[in-house]
Amino acid sequence: MFYRLSGTHHTRYAQTRQLWPIPADRWQIGLLLALALAAPFYMSELYLSSYMLPWLVFSAATLALTLLMGLAGQLHFGFAAVMAIGAYTSIHATRAGVPFELALLLAGLVAALIGCLFGAAALRVKGLYLVMATLAMQFLVDWVIVNVNVISGGAVATLQTPQVSFLLIPIDTLQARYYLALLWTVIVSVLILNIKRTSYGRALVAVRDKDFAAAVIGVNIFRYKLQAFFTSSFLGGVSGAVLAFCFYQAVTPSQFNFDVTIQLVAMALVGGLGSVVGGYLGAGFVLLAPIVLLNLIARLVEAGWLNVSTSLMAHIPLMLYGAMIIGFLLFEPLGLAKIYDNARKYLLVWPFRHTQS
Amino acid sequence: MSYFLELLINGALTGLMYSLVALGVVLIYKSSGVLNFAAGAMVMMGGYVVWLLGSWGLPIWLAIALALVVMFAFGWLTERLLLRTMVGQPIIMIVMLTLGLDVFLRGLGPGFLGTEPKHLDIGISMAPLIVGDILTNRTYVVGGVVALLLIALALLFFRTRLGTKLRAVSDDHVASWSVGISVAHAVAVSWGLAGLCAVAAGTMWGAVQGVDWSLTALLFPAVAVVILGGIDSIVGALLGGLVVGILGSVIPGYVDSLVGGSTRDVVTSLVILLTILIRPHGMLGREDIERI
Repeated sequence: MFYRLSGTHHTRYAQTRQLWPIPADRWQIGLLLALALAAPFYMSELYLSSYMLPWLVFSAATLALTLLMGLAGQLHFGFAAVMAIGAYTSIHATRAGVPFELALLLAGLVAALIGCLFGAAALRVKGLYLVMATLAMQFLVDWVIVNVNVISGGAVATLQTPQVSFLLIPIDTLQARYYLALLWTVIVSVLILNIKRTSYGRALVAVRDKDFAAAVIGVNIFRYKLQAFFTSSFLGGVSGAVLAFCFYQAVTPSQFNFDVTIQLVAMALVGGLGSVVGGYLGAGFVLLAPIVLLNLIARLVEAGWLNVSTSLMAHIPLMLYGAMIIGFLLFEPLGLAKIYDNARKYLLVWPFRHTQS
Repeated sequence: MSYFLELLINGALTGLMYSLVALGVVLIYKSSGVLNFAAGAMVMMGGYVVWLLGSWGLPIWLAIALALVVMFAFGWLTERLLLRTMVGQPIIMIVMLTLGLDVFLRGLGPGFLGTEPKHLDIGISMAPLIVGDILTNRTYVVGGVVALLLIALALLFFRTRLGTKLRAVSDDHVASWSVGISVAHAVAVSWGLAGLCAVAAGTMWGAVQGVDWSLTALLFPAVAVVILGGIDSIVGALLGGLVVGILGSVIPGYVDSLVGGSTRDVVTSLVILLTILIRPHGMLGREDIERI
């Protein structure tokens, strides 16, 4: 706690290369994991189902997106469509009798294959044009889902998720759904933390920073860009399936429209591109901050300190959310992950000001 | 045949009104290389300002004139306060900033003025205009004429002293700086001009479908128009608008009944996708913009 770097001397390469070289980080992660595991025991059902669950699943989705946007530097404005493909695939697969575990994999694969089609555009254009191409695909996928009745059952129809079990455990209670979401989020986090340390991750970063330079040192840009789209869309597709089965339980096309895409990109940006901690912080902030602030304003209105009309009240979350995106981009472009990093570095050596380096 | 002609004419007129929105996007992109994703929201704000001034009892021409001033200032301030600090940041930051502005405005307008669509009466009769056996909406005709006028004005404007400066800035920031042109000022002016376009578009579209948040959805066809026409070309916005409008009217006219509706968005998406895959710089855009 006090001067947490003291006594940490790595004597073998394996020690410095481990995921969390500093003991303080390790016990913090352990503590957070324990808190997350125990959440159903100390949290009310309402908080668990309407705050914790969406936060976890959206964190997983944000991490999948940040792999593509933060590490590989490919902009994607159709990620909600990728998640929709995953969600609908998994529902139709389980309805056809495919076991849930396989259906999740299938959801990921289908999303990844279609996501690679999205990515095929990435091989030709970049930057702004990539934004446009993926944006167009978001609208195309939306349209296909809404208008092909076999997929959605109609524009306004909701599709109930069937009763499933995961590894013999029936996913019927809130607790079971929560633990499934937690499991998936942990898997994605560990995966992305590790991808950053592999040659694959470094190749992606090289492509992001300057693709010509990456090609010069022998990175196959074509392959890595496509792989980045594949991996990210796979994770996104499974996240969509988990979102459908654990949180929504009844899926409509409007749950995956363009606004959700903006929300996901906002989560990745507000959190900090390419950062795992940022994925969690960003998703939590974008999902929960407008709700919390709205509750605060509602209190003030009840106390008679503010006079707000109902239509304004209904639009305050939207305004806060927009203002939040603008504010972060203007004042902390590196996102919440940077704020966390600053605080962590300060506390690591507190009460001193600097480390030895 | 007359059904086809009717779709064609109406599509062309709608397309001209898309060009009105697209013109604002092109002006900003030309000067600063920023693609304004808040264009739809600015159109909505333009419509709201005209409606608000009109509801205070001002005659409609005065309301529009005042709205032009207000929205010019709005565009100017947006550049000054938001976009200028983002110069040199990665493209994703700038795209997201304009999207954030779009979300914010979508909350602001309906939040303070109410969600129900505002009827904007600009003195055009609602009776359909019938030429031969083609039926069309008078507002569309006026909108098309306004679009043509504004595009002609924009082309003329680029021949004036200020317009020449803007052209220099759009060619090369550093070079124009070195000959004493204030790049920041030029970019701010182009945002202001985009505000003027937003008033025109907001008034015409507001007269067609009422002013509410759904005007922000115009962003999507406008993006298709600028991509197809060439993102930095004013004439391109005109041609792209015509093509997108006609395709978006004729194809749904025949296909909608077969597949169950709303193929217009699909056509718009396909226009974007195919343009990017085949010719990323569009019909009239400059080829060296950014491509591999």
